[in-house]
Amino acid sequence: MVTVVYCARLRESLGKASEQLALPPELRDVTALRAWLRKRGGPWAEELADGKPVRAAVNQEVAHGDAVIKDGDEVAFFPPVTGG
Amino acid sequence: MPVRIQSEDFDAGREIAALRQGDARIGAIASFIGVVRDANDGDRVAELTLEHYPGMTEKSITEIVDQAKARWNVFEALVIHRVGQLKPLDQIVLVAVTGAHRGDAFAACEFIMDYLKTRAPFWKKESTPLGSRWVEARASDDIAAERWRLKG
Repeated sequence: MVTVVYCARLRESLGKASEQLALPPELRDVTALRAWLRKRGGPWAEELADGKPVRAAVNQEVAHGDAVIKDGDEVAFFPPVTGG
Repeated sequence: MPVRIQSEDFDAGREIAALRQGDARIGAIASFIGVVRDANDGDRVAELTLEHYPGMTEKSITEIVDQAKARWNVFEALVIHRVGQLKPLDQIVLVAVTGAHRGDAFAACEFIMDYLKTRAPFWKKESTPLGSRWVEARASDDIAAERWRLKG
């Protein structure tokens, strides 16, 4: 199982802050997870569309699309940050 | 704790006094305070809500502070960032850096702030007369952070 966290605008549009997911075994990295979630359609297809500025983290470290996802990981998707 | 995320306000004078207490090596303290403005992108802002990603926030700011300490000759750094509901005039963030001399303290303080703005997982939502909206990231913040690659 993998925990997927959604922050800020994504949390609002997708209607959840986090979820536990059993991922298909062939799903290996952040890009693949994003594409898989997009298949849910509606706001998922829209918010996670290619070209949308979505950032990701794996186990609370900034991650690029090719970052590998393992069982037990926490993956987060969020918009570009606006603190300070 | 050198990195604190909290909803309560902070007293910069008290925080800086605690940071430098008993340390006679210190000859310079540089600090920055970010404050909520009453307007953004041409609209009045009545309220700001700050959200963060607990765990990653502390981790990413600690990394930024460690980078600053490795790069400049400074002693200690403190970062306090508020979350939750804030209003114009409220303080948002405090960065304070101690060092022997001002040059390194100034540079490290500005670096920490520029990196925090582009790397620490905080998001602002503002309420304006047009409704509430998530604040968009600014290209100028990326440029401010990027210039540290060229320097030093």
